[in-house]
Amino acid sequence: MAAAGPAPGAARGPAVPGDRPLTLPLLLPAWAVIGVFLVVPVGLMVVYSFLTQGFRGGVIWEFSLAAYDRFFLDRGLFGDEPPRLEWTYIAVFWRSLWQAGLATLTCLIVGFPTAWFIATRPARSRTAWAFLITVPYWVNLLIRTVSLRFLIRDQGPVNQALIALGLTDAPIQMLNTDFAVQLGLFYSYLPFMVLPIYAAVERYDFALSEAAADLGASRWVALREVVIPSVRPGIVAGCLLVFIPSLGAFLAPDLLGGAKTYMIGSLIEDQFKGSLGNWPFGAAVSVILLSMVLVALLFYARNQAREGRA
Amino acid sequence: MTRLLASAALAAALAGPALAEGRLSIYHWFEYIPQELLDKFAAEHGVTVTMDTYDSNEAMLAALKAGRLGQYDVAVPADFMVQIMRDEGMLDSFTPEEVPNLVNIAPEWIDVPFDPGRRHSIPYQWGSTAFAVNRDVWQGEIDTLAIIFDPPPELSGRINVLDSQNEVLTLGSLYLGIPQCTTDRDRLRALNDMLLAAKRHWASFGSDTAKDVLVSGDAAAGMIYNGFSMKAREEGANIEYAWPKEGYVAWMDNVVLLKDAPNRENALKFMNFLLEPENAAAVTNYARYTSAVTGVEPFLDEALKSSPEVNPPADAPAGTFVEACPQEVQALYDAIWVNLKK
Amino acid sequence: MSGGVRHYPGFAAIAALCLAILYLPLGVVAVYSFNASTSITAWGGFSWRWYIDVFQGPEAPRFRAAAWNSVTIAFLAASVATAIAVAAAVAMVRSGRFRGKSATFALISLPLMVPEIVTAVATLIFFSTIGLTPGYLTILIAHITFCIPFAYLPVAARLSGIDPAFEAAARDLYASRGQAFRLILLPLLAPGIVSGWLLAFIISLDDFIITNFVKGAGMETLPTAIFGSVKQGIKPNIMAISTMLLAVSILFVTLSWLAGRTGRRAAAPS
Repeated sequence: MAAAGPAPGAARGPAVPGDRPLTLPLLLPAWAVIGVFLVVPVGLMVVYSFLTQGFRGGVIWEFSLAAYDRFFLDRGLFGDEPPRLEWTYIAVFWRSLWQAGLATLTCLIVGFPTAWFIATRPARSRTAWAFLITVPYWVNLLIRTVSLRFLIRDQGPVNQALIALGLTDAPIQMLNTDFAVQLGLFYSYLPFMVLPIYAAVERYDFALSEAAADLGASRWVALREVVIPSVRPGIVAGCLLVFIPSLGAFLAPDLLGGAKTYMIGSLIEDQFKGSLGNWPFGAAVSVILLSMVLVALLFYARNQAREGRA
Repeated sequence: MTRLLASAALAAALAGPALAEGRLSIYHWFEYIPQELLDKFAAEHGVTVTMDTYDSNEAMLAALKAGRLGQYDVAVPADFMVQIMRDEGMLDSFTPEEVPNLVNIAPEWIDVPFDPGRRHSIPYQWGSTAFAVNRDVWQGEIDTLAIIFDPPPELSGRINVLDSQNEVLTLGSLYLGIPQCTTDRDRLRALNDMLLAAKRHWASFGSDTAKDVLVSGDAAAGMIYNGFSMKAREEGANIEYAWPKEGYVAWMDNVVLLKDAPNRENALKFMNFLLEPENAAAVTNYARYTSAVTGVEPFLDEALKSSPEVNPPADAPAGTFVEACPQEVQALYDAIWVNLKK
Repeated sequence: MSGGVRHYPGFAAIAALCLAILYLPLGVVAVYSFNASTSITAWGGFSWRWYIDVFQGPEAPRFRAAAWNSVTIAFLAASVATAIAVAAAVAMVRSGRFRGKSATFALISLPLMVPEIVTAVATLIFFSTIGLTPGYLTILIAHITFCIPFAYLPVAARLSGIDPAFEAAARDLYASRGQAFRLILLPLLAPGIVSGWLLAFIISLDDFIITNFVKGAGMETLPTAIFGSVKQGIKPNIMAISTMLLAVSILFVTLSWLAGRTGRRAAAPS
């Protein structure tokens, strides 16, 4: 599958030594588009988080810390009490972190064995399996979430099947629960977990496992002591790919969780699409979310660098 | 590459908006006007009609204030929201000559407090907001708002609430007997505490989903508009619309001419069109509320004449219109809503 | 013995479960889209009626307009993003080490790193501040931006597998730089470009969150139109649309996969 030998061109100079490299003009469009339409907007978003909210929608161009104040400080229902630490939004973040973390863990528990199983198939069926895992990822996330909503409602097929099997008398309420949100996140991002681990296991040298077995290690000991450390980059990448989108998800909480308890994504969405129209607060929550993701990525990059050295 | 970019530019030009002359851009509630009626207007006047939808008065106001004003020609706010938008200078005005069918408006709906003499708006539909209960789940009395705010165990955890600030807070105030737009902090705090306690019994917040959750059985009771409740019943849900003794919200939705409307002429034609009895009846037959246009009766569905959602029982109290509170009072209500939703 | 270290009891069962979980909801939706009954819970026999409804029913004009917007935006966004990505990939892979290379890579992958909701918020604020009226153009710009990394990755992967000796040989034979690119590199790179374009196309076609934030008055794409309908209840015609979109997605992924596979075989350097 992969080309033999070192990747050509990767570290060499230009094809013809006399050529002046075209690097700059070739990169310019990418720099310009992403710079102007993503980096600048993100910068502007940071600015907006320090503006004053207009009454019921819109912003006033005056510096204000009100958005962050509202996030971190509780000044009572009518804003005239001495400030205390506001737990509400920290709780929203905590719940999102917790939900995203749990979804990542479930994805890992299901995804790792699946990836392992696929990677140990013969080469031909291996690609077919990987293909099968990829297909649902390309199906509209909205449609997948909606189909799940249809599946787990009180009168939906899952409950009908459970009743028909005699496992329960009355429908079990699954929609509008944390379980539904969990299921939605798990289902949405499972392929993100399987594919990087699969790629890592495929490159894994099974002779290492054999050596461990020869030295008397049981299969599970070999898995823990030899396999997992070797495929760790794949596991970390998979966890990151599940965790980051889960953290900002808003379709699952909105369509499966009943829009009753906020997660970060729905909290942000409501500031722009909902009835309150508090843009500075929505921007501030986005800034906090983005900072958390960047810290996670930085942590990942440092981890990678350390592993690269080792 | 040049060819690719050229074809890209061409396709963009084709897909871009046509000349503003033949267009009408509507900002409307979800599921509130039959597509056939829009098609009819488009065919009669040779305009392209586009429509976006919103699911609460407050969301519509927030979107318009955040830069959408100037993109839409008409919107459909409720009574109190017409007043807010008028006070904010978000409405354009018209003369009776520009909308000849103004004479079709039933007399009691012309000199309304939120728009005396109808200079900015025309009536669309009027109705009420209370709640409906699934009679397979709960057979007891439903003539009290306690069904929503302090429900029996059978309904607890299976209630959908409208995602609409004015309706939730007004019904809550009626339940506690608190006057609207009060600045009494103790009473507002009581309202806040009552709503927070009630939230434990609620399964979901949703306005556009309010009918579907009752039809599908995902919710056993739900705050809902009367016509929407009738539609749910007609789609097979065994539900009954309640007329609570503490009172309920009465409202009138109005088509307003927005400031900086890109197609003012077409907007006025559309408003005039909606005041034709036949067209007003088409809206009523679709949305199941009540029209304020005289002469609609011959065009109305039989089912509407006897429906319990449109014809309150004799002993039902009168509905309460939501009041537009002053900004500093509204800020207190916003605080309660934020506190409830967070 | 050597099969032993590869085999773990229960892993096969979990893999099967994994596939079942992934496909069950999609399968149920596909099956119910052929339901003759109006009810979405009871089965009323096989029928094409909801597919006919999609094309001829009362909502047909809305869905047709939304589909037209979705497809044209996806086509334009994928094309522009791929052009940008090919240029960037040639520079990144063929220029050896240069200052700012890793920063450039970080910039190109930025749309993948930033949570979608944050991109959506930032883009909305940006367009609103510069006073660009939300509409077709704003959606297109946003889509081009987030499509770039999706187009870039397959192209760059493919390019790093092509020996620069091919181009060097062409240059030795007095081909101009443009000729060497057009006649030598481009054909070799084609599978990667096709693959990247198709991925970008699907990503654009699927996007809901960002589109929902930057779309203007009266402007819908298929996902936003579906979202609007779904909020008011899952109707069978939505299932029919979903099933058709599912079929399109599968077709495109298959094409992309086949392009990648034949390409790999043809271009493996000897």
